Amino acid sequence: MSAPASGLAQIGKSVFIKGELSGSEDLYVDGHVEGSIALKGNSLTVGPNGQVKASVDAKGVVVQGKLDGNIQASDRVELRKSAVVNGDISTQRISIEEGAFLKGKVDIHRTDTK
Amino acid sequence: MSSVSQNFMKFFRGSSGPETTPAQSSQKLTRRSSGLGELSRTWESAEGLCILDLGSTSPNNIRHFTERGHRIYSEDLLTASTDPELLIKDEEGNVALDSRKFLADNLVYPAAQFDVIFCWNLPDYLDESLVKPVVGRLWSVLKPGGMLLAFFHTRDAGPDSPCHRFHIVGGDTLEMQKIVLRREARRGPTGAVHTALTDGFQLQRVFNNRHIENLFRDFASIKFFLARDNIREVLVVR
Repeated sequence: MSAPASGLAQIGKSVFIKGELSGSEDLYVDGHVEGSIALKGNSLTVGPNGQVKASVDAKGVVVQGKLDGNIQASDRVELRKSAVVNGDISTQRISIEEGAFLKGKVDIHRTDTK
Repeated sequence: MSSVSQNFMKFFRGSSGPETTPAQSSQKLTRRSSGLGELSRTWESAEGLCILDLGSTSPNNIRHFTERGHRIYSEDLLTASTDPELLIKDEEGNVALDSRKFLADNLVYPAAQFDVIFCWNLPDYLDESLVKPVVGRLWSVLKPGGMLLAFFHTRDAGPDSPCHRFHIVGGDTLEMQKIVLRREARRGPTGAVHTALTDGFQLQRVFNNRHIENLFRDFASIKFFLARDNIREVLVVR
């Protein structure tokens, strides 16, 4: 499991947050979040202890723990082998490790390169 | 064949906070699939298909279809059927699965949503009480003219007959990977999760041709492909 980088905004595993969460920096969640997470232009990582029940809108999303909710990522989504995701994923690129669990739709939207 | 209570006792005995998820052995077997070969002509010649994969989450399958511009839905019904909240007691006090709750929690899609459904070997391993309700729901979420692929054992290979997950690796080629169940048993004194592995799903029954035709009787057509490995592939069209 990759550890959060220093300087990264973190929500520790004993923290519970309910509501709308938004920001303009990368975020590492190893605790509980319920509601919505908006990090346009930045990335969200759900750590191995993380339990997120939220719709997520971010540039990149990495899931190692549990995420219930739809993921909208403008760049890429990574589901690591311990990931449990219940929700639809819309992204440009996706990588899923063996052992990851997904219940939902995967929709790859492609941007035209000129 | 195993009863509901035996299966659940096996899955959940001694477990606190059961979290049962499929794990996979690393060994993969390759097999040719005539049903897949016929079905693949559909997605090679069409655009923007809506596909439902009812097996264990397969990165291969997701990549295979998204690279071709199709949308894929992944839903692991076998794992979902081990949810202990589905357990009820019937009128005679026997343990049974609540099929209505199962269908309220799973396969919840608009009617006629999908062009293709991969059942894989689901009917052979799904609890008896869920098979017909699930096939009925699959009929309703499949588009008219849409196709469903399912695999059935042709003979009783015994309770040790392994349950596989299926990865599409070519137009008519699959990789099969044995499923074992990973159960989070408990946290140790250091806080680390000690994970127990159990055997995979058990074969529940062997359908003969008549049973299969009856199971899919609401569909418009059914086609059988007999494979060398005692598997009968079935391609049905709504």
